[in-house]
Amino acid sequence: MLVAILFWAFSAVLVGAALGVILARNAVHSVLFLVLCFFNAAVLWLLIEAEFLAIVLVLVYVGAVMVLFLFVVMMLDVDIEALREGFARNAPLGALIALIVVVELAYVLWVRRLGVELPGETAPLAQGASNTAEIGAVLYTQYAYPFQLAAMVLLIAIVAAISLTMRRRPGLKAQDVSRQVSVDPAERVRLVSMPPEREP
Amino acid sequence: MDVMPMILTMADVMPAAAEIFVAAAACVLLLVDALGGGRARGLAFVLAIAALAGAAWVSSTVGTDGRTVILWGHFVADPMGTVLKLFSYGAAALTLLYSREYLERRDLLKGEYLVLALCAVLGIQVIVSAGSFLSLYLGIEIMSLSLYAMVAFDRDDGVAAESAMKYFVLGAIASGALLYGISILYGVTGTFLIDGVAFAVAQGRAPDIGLLLGIAFIVVGVAFKFGAVPFHMWLPDVYHGAPTPVTLFVGSAPKIASFALAMRVLAEGLGGALDAWQDMLVVLAALSMAVGNLVAIAQTNIKRMLAYSTISHVGFILLGILAGNAAGYRAALFYTLTYVIMTTAAFGVVLWYSRKGFEADALDDYKGLNRRHPWFAFVMLLVMFGLAGVPPTVGFWAKLQVIAAVLDVRLTWLAAFAVLMSVIGAYYYLRVVKLMYFDEPVTAGQDESRFAVRLVLSLNGLAILALGLFPGYLLRLCEQVLR
Amino acid sequence: MMPDFLAERWALLAPDLQSLIIVTLQIVGVLLAVVVAVAMLTLAERKVIGYMQLRRGPNRIEIFGLPFLRGLAQPFADVIKLLLKEIIVPGHASRFLFLLAPLIVLVPALATWAVIPFSPEFVLADVDAGLLYVLALTSLGVYGVILAGWASNSKYAFLGAMRSAAQMVAYEIAMGFALVGVLMAAGSLNLGAIVRAQEGGFASWNVWWLFPLFLVYFVSGLAETNRAPFDVAEGESEIVAGFHVEYSGAAFATLFVLPEYANMILISALTSVLFFGGWLSPFQGYAADAAWYSAPSFFWLFLKIGCFLFVFLWVRATFPRYRYDQIMRLGWKVLIPITLLWIAVESVLAWRGIGPWAA
Repeated sequence: MLVAILFWAFSAVLVGAALGVILARNAVHSVLFLVLCFFNAAVLWLLIEAEFLAIVLVLVYVGAVMVLFLFVVMMLDVDIEALREGFARNAPLGALIALIVVVELAYVLWVRRLGVELPGETAPLAQGASNTAEIGAVLYTQYAYPFQLAAMVLLIAIVAAISLTMRRRPGLKAQDVSRQVSVDPAERVRLVSMPPEREP
Repeated sequence: MDVMPMILTMADVMPAAAEIFVAAAACVLLLVDALGGGRARGLAFVLAIAALAGAAWVSSTVGTDGRTVILWGHFVADPMGTVLKLFSYGAAALTLLYSREYLERRDLLKGEYLVLALCAVLGIQVIVSAGSFLSLYLGIEIMSLSLYAMVAFDRDDGVAAESAMKYFVLGAIASGALLYGISILYGVTGTFLIDGVAFAVAQGRAPDIGLLLGIAFIVVGVAFKFGAVPFHMWLPDVYHGAPTPVTLFVGSAPKIASFALAMRVLAEGLGGALDAWQDMLVVLAALSMAVGNLVAIAQTNIKRMLAYSTISHVGFILLGILAGNAAGYRAALFYTLTYVIMTTAAFGVVLWYSRKGFEADALDDYKGLNRRHPWFAFVMLLVMFGLAGVPPTVGFWAKLQVIAAVLDVRLTWLAAFAVLMSVIGAYYYLRVVKLMYFDEPVTAGQDESRFAVRLVLSLNGLAILALGLFPGYLLRLCEQVLR
Repeated sequence: MMPDFLAERWALLAPDLQSLIIVTLQIVGVLLAVVVAVAMLTLAERKVIGYMQLRRGPNRIEIFGLPFLRGLAQPFADVIKLLLKEIIVPGHASRFLFLLAPLIVLVPALATWAVIPFSPEFVLADVDAGLLYVLALTSLGVYGVILAGWASNSKYAFLGAMRSAAQMVAYEIAMGFALVGVLMAAGSLNLGAIVRAQEGGFASWNVWWLFPLFLVYFVSGLAETNRAPFDVAEGESEIVAGFHVEYSGAAFATLFVLPEYANMILISALTSVLFFGGWLSPFQGYAADAAWYSAPSFFWLFLKIGCFLFVFLWVRATFPRYRYDQIMRLGWKVLIPITLLWIAVESVLAWRGIGPWAA
């Protein structure tokens, strides 16, 4: 009962925040609404005792990804009104596609209800069983191959991003630490021995 | 399905040794480049080629006659996979070999380029050996991400950046469609495994409408990756905008992956639902052949022309797949392999002919090539004959096979349409031949390539003729690997 | 304990309600302790740094006229002053976010205390994924800083926010990887279990085998709390006071003073728990178990926390502020590679069964 109330409450906030993401007039507000979305999704996960996924969602998306989003959005100063200019013209098409997707989703859900046996009530975890350990056991055996492949995807993303963005531009003022360390005083400083200008 | 923790042993992952080898080689290459700096460029290049050769050795060693499923169903090793992998190593190695001088002259031959190329090969391997939709999707992402970055690799080229952007956005949409289809399929069958989906479809456990929806989205995703009309918009821009070596790369090995993608998903996973996707493929194939061949006529840029030619060839490959029987798949496999050989040679000539400040990508650049470089004009002639499907080149056999497959399933009108389109297509291929042999030269050509490159390119061109004269071996190979 | 009439009433309450009341009281107790500790820490900081710089620090406000406690009431005087001041909201500021930001900084700084084990018996929430919970919550504080900077509608505040965002993202990775090393050693994400895995005197504490990770964790902790020498987000000599330049009064107290010091104590507590055996005694196993100094108790935890807090202050008094690009370089190019390398070393140790991993 309590769980049901919490579920509906957090779901309502989740949907509201999702609407806020696309309706907010300020890009920073959109990002913050998205953060709220992630939080509520994490809570929904907590309600089905998937605490590992819930915490990781907060850790990865809220703690890292969205911070970068916020960083970029603030830096770029996106003018969302300008982006919306063509909105009214394309709105009917977008609405049509959205409608199709909604109908399809509803249909699939409905068909599932009719045609396919659902996996049934999932058994709650045994007392003392650790959610994290269970996920780890599946992830590193049954899904070991996709897991490694996902790691490769990330590696490629890193290599691609760095090779596309990092290049030596002339006139850059960044310091070169190894050059600083290896400086020889003899090249920079000339010690001159001069006689005093006036005899005391 | 066993969820209990267990330790994987070497024997368990042995069929995936080639994938592991390539992934490790990419990491080693990354380290060599990072630690060696600019001095290790030559070494890195040799290492990349050696990695592909090593992968070929590993693949042919661990390859089996039967079908082995490992890693909880996510990985399938079968003869078709082995052949496709070997061809993609070959295509990638040829690509790198042809590209070296072009890249060196433009200061693009960086370690990251080679790493990305190896990673793309890894993605192709994963797609080819995918046993589940999960690994299939991840393989596509590995390949696509590498290709996006390679297209944009020339940072100072605005056109390349634009085409990379288009490729990236449309590729992301395609991935989205594919993922959406996969999730619907998971919803109606309850499994990610391709075998599991095939089983559910054969049992009739999957409700029609849900299955149809899933298939529709998956076909859209596959068509995007192939570049079939009407999902072809990215292809001409990417071929045109990317640096020519990348165009060659995108045009060769990934086509093998697209074929494998179609085979794994449509033939193996959804073979039981042939009725559902055959009509979709008929439309895609007919449109691709029509648009590809007709629009190619209007092109003045050879890279763009070859892009539209690719679209038309994709239509022909789809002809074989949509037949939905062993003969059709065999024909499509044969077509894919020969197409890769031909397109590699085509761009090989373009790369051989270009030099610093001269891209050799306008059709007019090829005027009178015969006067200056009769041998490579002849190679280009072979390529153009092959692409047009003129006997005695191998392109003729390829077209014959797929058209025969379509006739087999009583789609006579489609076969007639395909013949008509290949006749129209012959026009623009033969126009290149006419430019090379009957026009006066306008641009000064060059021939500074290394001997090895010239030799390999010549062999590549002659292979088109040799396989056309003696198609038996390759045909038998295709027959063997598809039972 | 309780008078009889109260005990009778208490027994009448539903068990759920009983535990709710107990937990609430515990939470209030821990929070009060943290807040008082923060107050004392501000004083300790000024005193310690004062003596390091050969001056006396605050020594005027006294309690009950006791001469040797002069200055002890200074933090309370400060709090009263701050609470009585007006909160000024800058013009064209985003008012809601401007006022929300201090709370966003404050809440994670306090909520993290829920999983800290104070003694073998006492922890507010014995969560299985405690370590992840800590990481998740400490990564949230940055939102308050960014929002404070952005909502202030001020250039300096905005620069501070940007710096803070980049810094947090960089150091969180190193911090997370250091924690990966800890959980590899303990085989659990539960903080209590991590402490128990270090039983057997000071020689079996994590810090010896994970020394590089300990250094990385502590340095990242300095950076995460925006303490000197990583206080570029504040950087009073460059960008006035960074993200909190526009704040005043109670908003300033909650945005700046309370969370920063609460986080310092938290990082010290976590360092003790993760690397120095938490509530375990260093003499455990070296003396009779019955001896008070070898039994585990919160005394040891508090002692260790105190030591690390002193290091926090010491560092502040010693090092000049890092330049922004140097901070980035240290985070990305030094700390993260160290952790990655050490995790590899650790997995080899675990694989061969060396050191603490000897079965």
